[in-house]
Amino acid sequence: MAGMSFFIDTTRCTACRGCQIACKNWNQNGASMTKNTGSHQNPPDLDGNTFKLVRFSESEVSGKPVWYFFADQCRHCLEPPCKDAIAGYTDGAVIQDEETGAVVYNEKTKGVPIDDVRGACPYDIPRAREDGRIVKCTMCIDRVKNGLLPACVKVCPTGAMNFGTRENMLDLAKKRLAELKDKFPKAQLLNPDEVRVIYLVVDDPAKYHSHAVASLSSGIDRKLALRRLFRPAKTLVQGLV
Amino acid sequence: MTNHFIDVKNSDCILIMGGNSAETHPISFRWVMKAKERGAILIHVDPRFTRTSSKADCYAALRSGTDIAFLGGMINYILSNNLYFKEYVVHYSNASFIVGEKYSFKDGLFSGFDPATRKYDKTTWAYELDENGVPKKDYTLKHPRCVFQLLKKHYSRYTLDKVSKVTGTPKEDLKKVYELYSATGKPDKAGTILYAMGWTQHTVGVQNIRAMSIIQILLGNMGMAGGGVNALRGESNVQGSTDHGLLYHIWPGYNPVPTGSVPTLADYLKKYTPVSKDPMSANWWQNRPKYVVSFLKAMFGDAADASNDFGYAWMPKLDDGKAYSWLDLFDAMYRGEFSGFFAWGQNPACSGANAGKTREALTKLDWMVNVNLFQNETASFWQAPGLDPKKIKTEVFFLPCAAFLEKEGSITNSGRWAQWRYKAQDPPGEAKPDGDIIVELFEEIRKLYAKGGVFPDPILKLKWDYTTNGRFDPHKVARVINGEYTKDVTVQDKTYKKGQPVSSFALLKDDGSTSSGCWIYCQSYNEAGNNMAKRDNKDTSGIGLYSNWAWAWPLNRRIIYNRASVDLMGRPWNPQRPVITFAGEVKEGKYVSSKWVGDVPDGAWYPMMNPDGTMRTDSKYPFIMKPHGFADIFGPGLADGPFPEHYEAIECPVEKNLFSSQLTNPVAALYGTEKDIYKTCDPRYPFVCTTYRVTEHWQTGVLTRWLPWLLETEPQIFVEMSEQLAKLRGIKNGETVIVESARGSVEAVAIVTKRFRPFLVHGQEIHQVGLPWHYGWVWPPQGGESANLLTPSTGDPNTRIPETKAFMVNVRKKGA
Repeated sequence: MAGMSFFIDTTRCTACRGCQIACKNWNQNGASMTKNTGSHQNPPDLDGNTFKLVRFSESEVSGKPVWYFFADQCRHCLEPPCKDAIAGYTDGAVIQDEETGAVVYNEKTKGVPIDDVRGACPYDIPRAREDGRIVKCTMCIDRVKNGLLPACVKVCPTGAMNFGTRENMLDLAKKRLAELKDKFPKAQLLNPDEVRVIYLVVDDPAKYHSHAVASLSSGIDRKLALRRLFRPAKTLVQGLV
Repeated sequence: MTNHFIDVKNSDCILIMGGNSAETHPISFRWVMKAKERGAILIHVDPRFTRTSSKADCYAALRSGTDIAFLGGMINYILSNNLYFKEYVVHYSNASFIVGEKYSFKDGLFSGFDPATRKYDKTTWAYELDENGVPKKDYTLKHPRCVFQLLKKHYSRYTLDKVSKVTGTPKEDLKKVYELYSATGKPDKAGTILYAMGWTQHTVGVQNIRAMSIIQILLGNMGMAGGGVNALRGESNVQGSTDHGLLYHIWPGYNPVPTGSVPTLADYLKKYTPVSKDPMSANWWQNRPKYVVSFLKAMFGDAADASNDFGYAWMPKLDDGKAYSWLDLFDAMYRGEFSGFFAWGQNPACSGANAGKTREALTKLDWMVNVNLFQNETASFWQAPGLDPKKIKTEVFFLPCAAFLEKEGSITNSGRWAQWRYKAQDPPGEAKPDGDIIVELFEEIRKLYAKGGVFPDPILKLKWDYTTNGRFDPHKVARVINGEYTKDVTVQDKTYKKGQPVSSFALLKDDGSTSSGCWIYCQSYNEAGNNMAKRDNKDTSGIGLYSNWAWAWPLNRRIIYNRASVDLMGRPWNPQRPVITFAGEVKEGKYVSSKWVGDVPDGAWYPMMNPDGTMRTDSKYPFIMKPHGFADIFGPGLADGPFPEHYEAIECPVEKNLFSSQLTNPVAALYGTEKDIYKTCDPRYPFVCTTYRVTEHWQTGVLTRWLPWLLETEPQIFVEMSEQLAKLRGIKNGETVIVESARGSVEAVAIVTKRFRPFLVHGQEIHQVGLPWHYGWVWPPQGGESANLLTPSTGDPNTRIPETKAFMVNVRKKGA
């Protein structure tokens, strides 16, 4: 399992949202006319034009305020359940790049039911565009293949966003975890063995975001598994592939 | 900044107070995080828990407008616990100076106060001089009238109890901050302060910073790597603008603008050139005549010579006793005192305090020219909600200008680095660089004056050779700013040719043989080329000076007052992070040659002491810009007192100042039109309010509200408030509420948050709210209005900056 990985150190994130904007810039994703909903988190959720979203979450620890920031994005799972889910409808819509491990959707995702794909994602990442295409973070594979850092990493001023070989990122993550463990007993890496986007948090992950860690209810369910089993015939009928 | 952005990484303790660096200077936080990696402590003191606080090791809340009480408590803590850096304080500060017998401080007033004029007679704050005219000193710091003892006495009143009652900061939080920060008083430790408009925009703005300067001197943090007093400026080139004389009271290079009572150059130089009788004081401003004459030569070229006072008479003069700051200009405009206005690269209808008064003032004009990138509330003020365009006479011209990427030139960042930037693309449509607009405008004006007019000399004699092929040429301007020889000159054995750039301000002359548009920039563009364009990113200093990246004033010195970073023998206080080190030869216990390594030293004189402990007489004290050469703990030059003293904001929630019977700054700037309303302890406006910025928008949002990606993240004006206040007012998170002051009201989305908490002040619960000032009615449709409709037109007596960071409002549900 070589390839590339991100290490996202939330203890260094100031929620400047440079990553969120750089992502939109590189992908030329548009913006919505949002409203302030009583939170600084905006747009309120990932959407067809937002592959990277800084989530803001405030709470208290020992009577003092804390404000956690979680720069949410596709985790590029080593074994992506979304790939299986989409494969239940069509072939070749999800590419798992051998060299980097990036999980990339293409235009063939158009028309695949988004609820099934979202349901399959343990981190609730994929979203549908108005044209029916399913979209998410691409690991900036077009940049990475040309020797550039992903846009979100390039722009990060504080060292919260890191990118490199999986080995290096895991080393960095473990080293940083060890540094923080004394001061923050709850410090942990989130699903480091399953994903290529490894988050470091210092408190209960749910205090950052409801889908910060893989949720137990998600993953590939029986319905999807059955659909996949029977799909070849269906594909023939619909003339897909 | 006395230091620079990268230097923050060298700090052992970073105090962010009166600022919110993570949000307003997000890139600066890179260096804060680097310092933290080394184990540095980050402290944030702010009324509201912000994105900066989220990264702090220690956060303390204080009520807006009580910073001097907070810092006064720290001074008291440092002195009572003997945590100051004694050697530094004794030798490098004015702690030992004896203050004259006329000085006193009684019940909130310093000596010399005249209630009729609301001004101080500062002569009562003078030092006692010896027979040579040098301030008397007591290096034991025991004399009852020495600065150290006066300081001790003044701040002994700032007890933890009293400070906590005033600021609303819990005592244990105060103590923790004091303890952590005072730990930098050790010679090999450095603490830095990063502040911004949260300190300046008060009626005690300058004294907020003075209070911190005193702490930095007591702890020996000035001149050190990772130390200093560091203002994070509010715009990318504000430092450059002030350097080049944007403010009304200074010419380029911080020379004062003359008043009508200073009719000749000789009068000017006599009045403004400080004198020191102490041979050990460099008293750098004694060179002012060279800088002023060179400036006048840059202004008027060959037309300026000794026979005509180098054109001094052609320079505008201020009326004595009259201020011309932002608040004063709009006050005069409101009262109809002038009729034409250039609003250039600004949006006063939203940006200044009491925007309602400003908008009304704009209706009194005959004409206004607005130069800007985008449509804004100033250009279209006549269409504002509630105004009838038919009744407004002002004729408005809008000139589209180039954005920063569409023109070449320099900007100077907060760390005094002048960085050259290139043009990336042509401006769209008819938009032009500001320089081109100014060239066209000036040439037209000069044509008109050539036909006649009142006092045409300043216009007709102005040196004006800034174009190439008819277009503004920033290189030509940069050369004039640097300065050149105006004739062939031989100094010692070296000859300089007419037109040759001057290589350093040390070579400027007061006889007209040199010119320099801004003496502190002399060296920026010289025979070595355009030093501002240097882009060598190697650091040989080991402390991140990056001396070959861009160019910093003065003389590429990256940390000013760096001669205070070494002991009397020139050895760094902190050998781990030396800024400069003396490396001259020693013979028989004496230095026999002078050589410094590291940063460009603040003067290359010998250290004050030889290795054998004998004092030298050919040295200079390290604080070379001060007339006596010592850092000012006692600051006798300001309008409102030699020591910072806590006064409440002009609008405040308390009837009494616990420190004295002076409730507010007795010399604060106040205005008298019917639009200048101030309400203190008025039950209609019970909550403290402050304004601020967010990462995603810039200033009034003229640039950022039109960028969909940024607008998407912060689309509307909001008001942040505590859960307790929301409960009190029946307000739900996310609902639109009314925020109103004695001057105006805005609608804003309520953000109910744990990050604001009520303060316990004088035993009472006091609520505070805050809102950003990035919005205006032009765009977006539901973005909301300017928070400056709420803020008061009152200001600091020294700078006249408005008090937009502490005032009183009411918050209520819509329709309630």
